[in-house]
Amino acid sequence: MTTTSTWNRIRRKSVNVIMLALTALCTLFAAGALVFILGYLFVHGARSLDVNFFTQLPKPVGETGGGMANAIVGSGKLLLLAMLVGVPIGFLGGVYLAEFGGTGFSFLVRYVTDLLNGVPSIIMGIFAFTIIVLPQKHFSTLAGGLALGIMMIPIAIRSSEEFLRNVPLALREGAMALGASKSRAIWSVVIPAAKAGLITGLMLNLARVAGETAPLLFTAFGNRFWSNGWEQPTASLPVMIYTYAISPYDDWHQQAWSAGFVLLALVLGVNILSRIILAQKGPALR
Amino acid sequence: MSASPTTIDAGPPASSGGASTFWKRLRAGDEVSIAITFLCAFTVVLVTGLLVYELWGKSAISRHAFGWNFLFTSTWDPVAGQFGSLPFVYGTLVTTALAMIIGIPLGVGAAIFLAELAPPGLSSALSFLIELLAAVPSVIIGLLGIFIMVPILQQVVPHIQEALSFIPFIQGPFYGVSLFTAGVVLAIMILPFIISISREVILSVPNDQREGALALGATRWETTWNVVVPYARNGIAGSIFLALARAMGETMAVTMVVGNDPKIPHSLMAPGYSIAAVIANEFAEAPGDLYQGALIELGLVLFGVTILVNGAARLLVMSTEKKGSK
Amino acid sequence: MASRIRCAIIAIATAGLGLAADAQQLNITGAGATFPYPIYSKWFDEYHKKFPNIQFNYQSIGSGGGVQQITAGTVDFGASDYALTDKQIQDFKDKRHLDILHFPTVMGAAVPVYNIKGVTTQLTFTADALVGIFMGKIMKWNDPAITGPNPGIQLPNAPIIVVHRSDGSGTTFCFTDYLSKVSKEWETKVGRGGSVNWPVGLGGKGNEGVSGQVKQVPNTLGYIELSYAVQNKMTFGKVKNAAGVFVEPSLAGVSAAAAAAAKNMPDDFRVSITDAAGKDSYPISTFTWLLVPNKIPDAAKGKAIKDFLHWMLATGQGMAAPLDYAPLPKPVVAKEEKAIAKIM
Repeated sequence: MTTTSTWNRIRRKSVNVIMLALTALCTLFAAGALVFILGYLFVHGARSLDVNFFTQLPKPVGETGGGMANAIVGSGKLLLLAMLVGVPIGFLGGVYLAEFGGTGFSFLVRYVTDLLNGVPSIIMGIFAFTIIVLPQKHFSTLAGGLALGIMMIPIAIRSSEEFLRNVPLALREGAMALGASKSRAIWSVVIPAAKAGLITGLMLNLARVAGETAPLLFTAFGNRFWSNGWEQPTASLPVMIYTYAISPYDDWHQQAWSAGFVLLALVLGVNILSRIILAQKGPALR
Repeated sequence: MSASPTTIDAGPPASSGGASTFWKRLRAGDEVSIAITFLCAFTVVLVTGLLVYELWGKSAISRHAFGWNFLFTSTWDPVAGQFGSLPFVYGTLVTTALAMIIGIPLGVGAAIFLAELAPPGLSSALSFLIELLAAVPSVIIGLLGIFIMVPILQQVVPHIQEALSFIPFIQGPFYGVSLFTAGVVLAIMILPFIISISREVILSVPNDQREGALALGATRWETTWNVVVPYARNGIAGSIFLALARAMGETMAVTMVVGNDPKIPHSLMAPGYSIAAVIANEFAEAPGDLYQGALIELGLVLFGVTILVNGAARLLVMSTEKKGSK
Repeated sequence: MASRIRCAIIAIATAGLGLAADAQQLNITGAGATFPYPIYSKWFDEYHKKFPNIQFNYQSIGSGGGVQQITAGTVDFGASDYALTDKQIQDFKDKRHLDILHFPTVMGAAVPVYNIKGVTTQLTFTADALVGIFMGKIMKWNDPAITGPNPGIQLPNAPIIVVHRSDGSGTTFCFTDYLSKVSKEWETKVGRGGSVNWPVGLGGKGNEGVSGQVKQVPNTLGYIELSYAVQNKMTFGKVKNAAGVFVEPSLAGVSAAAAAAAKNMPDDFRVSITDAAGKDSYPISTFTWLLVPNKIPDAAKGKAIKDFLHWMLATGQGMAAPLDYAPLPKPVVAKEEKAIAKIM
């Protein structure tokens, strides 16, 4: 009997070690792919990065000193608008599903959200083109921001719902035992408790949408010059990357890599900044 | 005071009628909260409905021309005006399946490692970086796919084909671009979604669950696999749904590595095509209403395929839930 | 919550700043072909330097995209690598109640590129060889149709892997137009178009997709845009033209092809110059056009577009060659100068 239980223990211990090693391997692969991509972008993109990139307008091929200042600002405006549209609708929708949802309607919303998430980005662009650009008869930052905003909704809803659900029942019950109404409990206790996850979801969402090209081709269109306000077409980093990467010219390829690097750096920056800001306000973010 | 013990606000007693309790609840915010959040949830349904409506309208010309045959024909001839969706549906399903088969184990495995086994500092840092992977524009991943992944696979795949020569559907000449290559690239693209969200969900599993299992003598792995992960199962499933949707709708990266051959090959290592890829390739240049209509109809078909695949996945999840204990 | 309010304030502020736009700035938008994008961006940049208050904003979303947008009226002018068909012109007329005018700007070409193990010399292709290969009938590199015009070059007994464009493109139109002209069988079975039902081959997205595959897979044959092939130093072959001469793809060859067609240029400039006559003509060449409505509602925009077209013909043409675009032949320039007056 002692031999079987020793054998059992050895088996369980080895399974333990093996599985630990395997999961570490998985992480290595994922992190490895990422480090490789980032490294490639760094090597090919950061090299030719200079002040001009951030301050100059694009120049035609062959002329040095061009930059993507208007694309950086354009991407900023587009993402801002996308967040204003996508995050409230997505987040509040997620709150409904997690806190107030019944069965039938919630199932429909979840199902439809998954469908919306699977729509190819180019179709989203065609959709935004049909409902905004055509009636207005011109391209605009507004149309582009809206297209991106709609793309943000599904991930916002899904991730918000997931992380709100994960808040333990005990916290909610505690709040209500102290006399809070249901919605008071939600806004003052549950949501702050889910903060870490909600931020993760938001950052993932923003990251994904920041790199989208196809929805912008027929909405924000593009601009070689500065774009004023919200009703004019605007340049954006992903579209510039796309246009330059498929061109024949080496120096435009260079700029495409640089733009890719800058895009990632900006997303990382927003990520870090928002975590710092929100960490100051409540329980420590992991 | 006969105020009920659960409210701080000592208003009129509950028996004084529906109106005042309604106002009390309104001031407390419940009705407003429900209304606002409900509206937002409903907006999603509305937007999707509008989208389907637009797709339906713009594909009318093509639907009338081909009827149901569109779903079962394999020809894609822009010059002759003959369009059929079968090769693209096949390619979409195959590349997505490959992406899931490769991506789910890797993603969940990495999430488990990061959440349970890695030191917190390393876990946060790596998690940050992996989220960043979601921001890499699709066209850059596509370019890296052509210039890095394809040559690597060209070296590796023939050896795999030899080693696994008893499996029929991975044989055949390999050009570097193929359904398999697209599946691998997609797997890399969906990793951030699975890892990030699963990691957060696993982290939020209460510690007493873990402690209970460890106290009973379970090893680390047994605790994780048999207690923590099942507890987090819904969240992990949610992240997989997100990944699934991304894989089905991904355009740029796929079109650069899938081979763009509208046929239904016998081998995974042969070139193929996907719905999103063909729309992205041909829409900007498509002259004529019938051609554009056919491409939009493909979008509608993708919608239909997504409905079916999602439905099947949900049934799968629900059936395992019935068997399990949560 | 507070950060969201902060975001909203920033948004309104930027919008407000934006509203104080320069009232004298004239913004003209155009959309279309990707092939001439580099030269167009050069032209519009130079023009902006000359006239700082005029901004031509051109975006390359594809020829089909250009036709869509100009027909929908969301841009002021379009650009396309293929001339509009009669049906498209009628469509435009129905939707906009105007006529659409074509203005050739530069020319380009499709060149055959290949990667064969052990072959570093330039190959020569006859029309029959190209048709046979892309039809899937000529399957090996050492087929007599290929070895015939290339005596002394050792071609392997290996299957030819064909690479074509997967995305719609003017280069594809040019190439299939040529194949249709030299082969009745191709014309009936496959035809000409920006996208066609290719009998064989892998599809690469864009010039970079095709060139990437050709570079990495041995024994491949594809076709790409001339400027791309030259800039990326790829190996391309000569093609036998209608006069029976083997011509190297080059700007001179393209210009020669256009010159032959220039004599019989129709008034609307919609002409195909593939398989052109003349001993120096490169047979797989094409024009690219700007598409302008014959009446532009905004008078200032109309004048700016007309002035630009004149400038393009006078000064812009000189900037084409350094970027590997073939400038228009002189007879075409002269005819076009007069045609600009058609814009009201």
